Amino acid sequence: MIELKDVSKTFTLHNQGSAVIEVISDVSFAVVPGECVALTGASGAGKSTLMRMIYGNYLTQAGEIRIGDLDIVRSEPRDLIKLRRDVLGYVSQFLRVVPRVPTLDVVAEPLRALGVPADEAQNRASALLTQLNIPERLWSLSPTTFSGGEQQRVNIARGFAHTYPAMLLDEPTASLDAANREVVLSLIEDAKARGAAIIGIFHDEAARTRVCDREIDVGRFTPGMAA
Amino acid sequence: MTPLLSVQGITKRYGAHIGCADVSFDLYPGEVMGIVGESGSGKSTLLNCMAGHLIPDAGQVVFDTRTDGPRDTITMSEPERRMLGRTDWAFVHQHARDGLRMGVSAGGNVGERLMAVGERNYGDIRDKATDWLGRVEIDATRVDDRPTTFSGGMQQRLQIARNLVTGPRLVFMDEPTGGLDVSVQARLLDLLRGLVRDMGLSAIIVTHDLAVVRLLADRLMVMKSGRVVEAGLTDQVLDDPQHAYSQLLVSSVLQV
Repeated sequence: MIELKDVSKTFTLHNQGSAVIEVISDVSFAVVPGECVALTGASGAGKSTLMRMIYGNYLTQAGEIRIGDLDIVRSEPRDLIKLRRDVLGYVSQFLRVVPRVPTLDVVAEPLRALGVPADEAQNRASALLTQLNIPERLWSLSPTTFSGGEQQRVNIARGFAHTYPAMLLDEPTASLDAANREVVLSLIEDAKARGAAIIGIFHDEAARTRVCDREIDVGRFTPGMAA
Repeated sequence: MTPLLSVQGITKRYGAHIGCADVSFDLYPGEVMGIVGESGSGKSTLLNCMAGHLIPDAGQVVFDTRTDGPRDTITMSEPERRMLGRTDWAFVHQHARDGLRMGVSAGGNVGERLMAVGERNYGDIRDKATDWLGRVEIDATRVDDRPTTFSGGMQQRLQIARNLVTGPRLVFMDEPTGGLDVSVQARLLDLLRGLVRDMGLSAIIVTHDLAVVRLLADRLMVMKSGRVVEAGLTDQVLDDPQHAYSQLLVSSVLQV
């Protein structure tokens, strides 16, 4: 479902003496449906960078990243927009929303974008928010004023609203208490059971061991860090 | 799929000075494209060339019309282009007073555009106008008031209602949130996003506000000195800018 072939990435900082920083070189691996793969490695090894490359918000200089039939390294913007709407979900560490929009609508939005009717999308959003222990009195408020942990849970609810066949999870259990961590892990297990291919970053080692089928040490692909 | 709008090689010079040079892109139905760049980078010139307010020196602006399929709007006759401007196209000005008739009531401002496309039944026009005022969150009791009595944010929402009442397929926006309070901006952004999604609109938004494009636009073009220096998915251009100027632009934003 997700396949990387000889993928490399450099950053060129034009305004800082045109420094060229090689961050990742020659990464190859594949994730099949129903499998969860953890990216591991020290801070700065390039785990989040690699994840952003797979999502297409970082450009990849060399290699191939296939998600389903689409090579996102060589795709048109509109193909990538469609891929993100239908196929590829991403739970980032930060919630970014239009201010003033109620939490319920924030969570329902990915479904609305797919053309799901408003009431059906809101039902799904309500179920997820309930599952993630966001009190109903907060649903009509914008999540911009919520605590870090609440925002993180809203972000997760939004990320799991649509049953994406491929998912990227950046620290989904960070800053959560034990009960909510358990909910998130079961959401991940459900997604795997329905055949989603998942790539995750988990600093929480117990969580990683529980949901991930194997680990990929990104440090191996980081020039200057392997040695 | 046929692009809704296909822009090819648009160039506009002001004497020896370049307004915009050799700009090309395709916009598909439902897409929102942002154009950013500093003042004088040619983004408004480009927008005005596309919307038929300026005649470019070279290039084509091909629009997929409902009746005749793709047509170059630059070579079409003036009456045809004006008809497009009243039906399938809409233009939201930065200053609401450029897009409104200030001496006419709010309802009249919305109704006028309906009459321009042939609606004649007063009751229907008034009902539609009231419905649209509601959609842009203007209280129905204000329908007979003139826009001169409205706040800046209300005027901007009225301008949007006037533009969208005829169900256009493409909306051009020139700094739609410029000059508004941040709280009013947020409300307008929310409104625009909902309208774009629910009506399946395509839009081209010119702005210098990177936060606005991040929230509204799927795709982004960065302009400098009349040329497009970088284009791509909005979050890609903002998170991993490739061109020196885009990097400078992104890194110059103050963090709140």
